[in-house]
Amino acid sequence: MLRFLREGLRRPLTEPRPPVDPAFAALAANLNETVQRRLGHSLAIRQVDAGSCNGCELEIHALNNAFYDIERFGIHFVASPRHADVLLVTGPVTHNMQQALERTWRATPDPKWVVAVGDCGADGGVFAASSAVVGGVAAVIPVDLVISGCPPSPTRLLTGLLSLFKD
Amino acid sequence: MNYLLGLLDEGWGVQLHRPVRRALVHEGTWMHATALLAAGELTLLSIWGDGSQVHMALLDAEDQHRIGVLTLQCPEGYYPSVGGAHPPAIRLERAIRDLFGFEPIGLQDPRSWLDHREGTDYPFLPVEGEGLHQIPVGPVHAGIIEPGHFRFTCDGETVVRLEQRLGYAHKGVDELFVGASLEQAARLACRVSGDSAVAISLGFARAVEAALDFTPPRRAVRLRALMAELERIANHLGDFGAICNDASFSIIQAHCAVLRERVLRAADGAFGHRLMMDRIVPGGVTVDLDAQNMAAIVGVVAEVRETFAALAKLYDETASLQDRTVATGILKPELARQFGAGGYVGRASGRVFDARKHPGYAPYDSLTFDVPVLTQGDVNARLWIRVAEVKQSLSLIEDILHGMPYGEIMTQVPIRSGEALTLTEAFRGDVLVWLRVNEGFVDRCHVRDASWFQWPLLEAVIEGNIVADFPLCNKSFNCSYSGHDL
Repeated sequence: MLRFLREGLRRPLTEPRPPVDPAFAALAANLNETVQRRLGHSLAIRQVDAGSCNGCELEIHALNNAFYDIERFGIHFVASPRHADVLLVTGPVTHNMQQALERTWRATPDPKWVVAVGDCGADGGVFAASSAVVGGVAAVIPVDLVISGCPPSPTRLLTGLLSLFKD
Repeated sequence: MNYLLGLLDEGWGVQLHRPVRRALVHEGTWMHATALLAAGELTLLSIWGDGSQVHMALLDAEDQHRIGVLTLQCPEGYYPSVGGAHPPAIRLERAIRDLFGFEPIGLQDPRSWLDHREGTDYPFLPVEGEGLHQIPVGPVHAGIIEPGHFRFTCDGETVVRLEQRLGYAHKGVDELFVGASLEQAARLACRVSGDSAVAISLGFARAVEAALDFTPPRRAVRLRALMAELERIANHLGDFGAICNDASFSIIQAHCAVLRERVLRAADGAFGHRLMMDRIVPGGVTVDLDAQNMAAIVGVVAEVRETFAALAKLYDETASLQDRTVATGILKPELARQFGAGGYVGRASGRVFDARKHPGYAPYDSLTFDVPVLTQGDVNARLWIRVAEVKQSLSLIEDILHGMPYGEIMTQVPIRSGEALTLTEAFRGDVLVWLRVNEGFVDRCHVRDASWFQWPLLEAVIEGNIVADFPLCNKSFNCSYSGHDL
């Protein structure tokens, strides 16, 4: 039994680093270089669901599986905004989550980045017209990078997050 | 004596409501139904507002194939509360009050539910006693989880009360459905709860088809079931791993995550989307399955069957892990019955109910599978139900592929009007979709996820357990926040 399980993980499941996406590179060019240098090649991420359908959460979860293994790049998820360099926010931001998102943002020490995830995080997506929704993440807190998609695949999430690093 | 038929016969039958009956009733019949719910003769499927009326969907407790809808006009803005006598209706009625302004007369709880305008002043229930302390958690949680607030009151390590505050993910789904084209509405239904994208879009499509009285092609029906079973397997794998991980047994989690990824990749290859969103639409499915991807799915089925059996065996042989799950978070069968708890939550506590069989829908009426049931009602039982269901779903996929007919995958949606109610089995339980279609547009659509009746039960099962076991209990329920908050 144990042998079977060890064998199971010994196979090289982890896939190579995804290639640079010029679209993300262009977005990342606007990042503050001083902040990029200071945060370096290690990022602590606090994920905040500001009202998503949970599709984005499923794919963010997948970043931790053996295929994507996000921690090998120095990116890891933390339990408190006070430990975080990056807020990874899914949306749309609902009225009911607006205050919690603002408070989470204030609790995150500077320098920090906000990455909006998903079509809803970008602009509210299919929920944009609702009176219960404020809008995309940028309607509430300043956003540094948008990773669109419904939901974005783990590869796309990984490509987007890696574009935060300065080579 | 069939109570439900009696209630429906007392009212005026509504035309063009399929496939179950809906009747306009007087207050007396409505209150009689409430009494029958409280007596356990009927099970509440949902209660929702619509213009100047409220509807209540009921399931006969004796004959679980029989469903009916009662409608009460409330032009004055109030109606006799169901929740006052039958607790499963309380949160639904609080939601109706927030969204429609109807006052349920006789409901003791005056607090809002989905409407959070009072902000942090929400009055939690008072708890009195010596040495009690409170632990507030959320809405922003420590993991990659949806938003919600849990207020624990503890005596030392022991939880004496959990009170949930939900609604943070409230996105106004009901209002967005109103006036939406069928195409827009299908996209929206898919995003009510991302983990049940297939099941809810299937429920929506089936409701449109029932309302407009037409059937999708046979091949589409089979492909839909294939997607639904892939979704069920992927979610159960994720849950099984996550529950074990909450007891710090991460090797099972690592393997389950690999298996889940394999299933999602097979889904992506076959249907062009990992979560299979927007693949099921009224009239059929948007993507056909080719021979190569069919073979890939067969391969994944074989791998999951072999590896998952080994993982279940490892769980079964690890006493330290079971020490955390056995006799933890027990849901009593009586509560599961009262709340009509769906999915693994109900089936681990003796409630034999699966929408694929009760009332059942194509193609499951021509497929053979069991509904696994246990009675212990603890975290362990909810795990074993998932294990049994993964096995069933793997066999179902093989049967579905084996009998796959050739032909069209889409039928033109007729421009007509009508109403319908469907029950569809998502991985976490039955999803109810009720809608009224008017010439290609949605007039009103109500989606009730299984979570509505499971969340309150989570409050009940944690009582008397230690705080450290809450993640296990919570994950073993895995209720949807988005699917509940709408």
